[in-house]
Amino acid sequence: MRNVTSLQLLFISLLLLPVVSQAVVTDELIMIRSQQDFPTTMVNLQDAIKVQGYQVSRVQRVDVGLSKSGFKTDRYRLVFFGKGSEIEFLRKKYPSLIPYLPLKIVIFAEGEETLLVTLNPKQLMQMYSEPSLQPIFVRWQQDVINIMRVVRVAD
Amino acid sequence: MLNLKIYFRLIVLLLFPVILHAADGRLLYEENCAVCHGNNGAGGVGIPLSNQQFLQQSPDEYLRRSIRHGRPGRIMPAFASLSEAEVDAIVGFIRAWGKALPAQWDDTPIQADSVRGKRIFTEYCVACHGQQAHGGKGTGLRFSRARDLPVIAPSLSNPGFLASVSDLMLKRIILQGRKNTPMQPASILGLTDMDVKDIVSYLRGLQQPLFSNISDVAEPAMLIYDSPYDFDTTLNNIKRAAEGINFRLIRTQAVNAGFVDKEDESQQQQVVYFCNFNFLYEALALDPRVGVFLPCRITVVEQAGQVQVMSVNPKRLSVLFNNEQLDTACDEMTELYRSIMEEATL
Repeated sequence: MRNVTSLQLLFISLLLLPVVSQAVVTDELIMIRSQQDFPTTMVNLQDAIKVQGYQVSRVQRVDVGLSKSGFKTDRYRLVFFGKGSEIEFLRKKYPSLIPYLPLKIVIFAEGEETLLVTLNPKQLMQMYSEPSLQPIFVRWQQDVINIMRVVRVAD
Repeated sequence: MLNLKIYFRLIVLLLFPVILHAADGRLLYEENCAVCHGNNGAGGVGIPLSNQQFLQQSPDEYLRRSIRHGRPGRIMPAFASLSEAEVDAIVGFIRAWGKALPAQWDDTPIQADSVRGKRIFTEYCVACHGQQAHGGKGTGLRFSRARDLPVIAPSLSNPGFLASVSDLMLKRIILQGRKNTPMQPASILGLTDMDVKDIVSYLRGLQQPLFSNISDVAEPAMLIYDSPYDFDTTLNNIKRAAEGINFRLIRTQAVNAGFVDKEDESQQQQVVYFCNFNFLYEALALDPRVGVFLPCRITVVEQAGQVQVMSVNPKRLSVLFNNEQLDTACDEMTELYRSIMEEATL
């Protein structure tokens, strides 16, 4: 029985392997490049977030603020997202987590291509030790990787 | 027993594409390198690898070592988890962009006058490569600089670079310069072969052991202060304190805004967004990835009658980026957050 359980774990890990390998995932950050231009990638990103079961709460147009202040900048925005019920639960039960809520992906143009980067939710595991939060961080990591993979292969 | 057989078969089936994939330089490049160096090696966050002179001046061993060591303190990570075969496959893929044969690897050290080399370096190289050869400002991303330059001058004192490059390769680069970049051949600058050797000797003397400053840090993940004031007073205090040190208020909104109907937004958990665009631009120029913890925001929370103010701790997060310049900016940002929160809760 123990052997089969180990094999099951290995099987699940191997199932996840191709998914994880679609983005540059370090312990710290998850980063991808899209060959699509910024507007197309922005649409793809918001669609991928929704398909993954999350809601985009706001898009912060950092580039607009910079331009208004006289700085030359390429397009640079922040996409905030989360699951409404989860945000409600977490903000009430773990208010100290609020500074890291909601989740966020940075999206910026590099010429005709677009880069996306986000904090690896795994980092939060080191910052918040509550056992009940750990499965949430693990799921967030996988969900974010899936979102990034979808955007990357949408080319 | 039957289950065991099925699992073994499935595992072999799953492993098969992974094994095939390991030898595919293109795929490995796309997954590990393209995000910074571009799909066609034209560069972006990272240097342009398909630059013909770069390819000609860079032996395979230099590329291998660069992948292995990365550039501690810069954006290029060390790819320690890649196998030798995978590194070779990536190098092979990059090499295919080259139209001429690469220089041969030769690890013979150059013995010369490093003191004189420092003087020459200061006169001819510091303008681009910086004091102590720390390199140009920022990561090299186009966002942070004029688009007419393909690269930011690299850090020549970087321990990853010096652990990857040989003395003769350094000498070759200085002698030949690099086309399509501001790097001029030494002869155009009026430098002799001996001058170049002396510069190499100086640069080699800057070599430090490889290190990484990404480590566990004692810094807390959040900055939290208790407020003796009621919620509204504390919220106003935060706004006033932020404006008092030249931040511009962007907006105040509920933590759950955008997720619930307006009437259900949490009135006792509000986030104050503020920005200093000079500071923001400088931070993004150093590393555009810092947006993962920008813009500046402080949350005011009331729970069980206690009002608290809290924010992320930039000093804790800066280690994620492995950049000394950014560490300094984040230290400053942490102090600004602290001063705003202290002033609001005193």
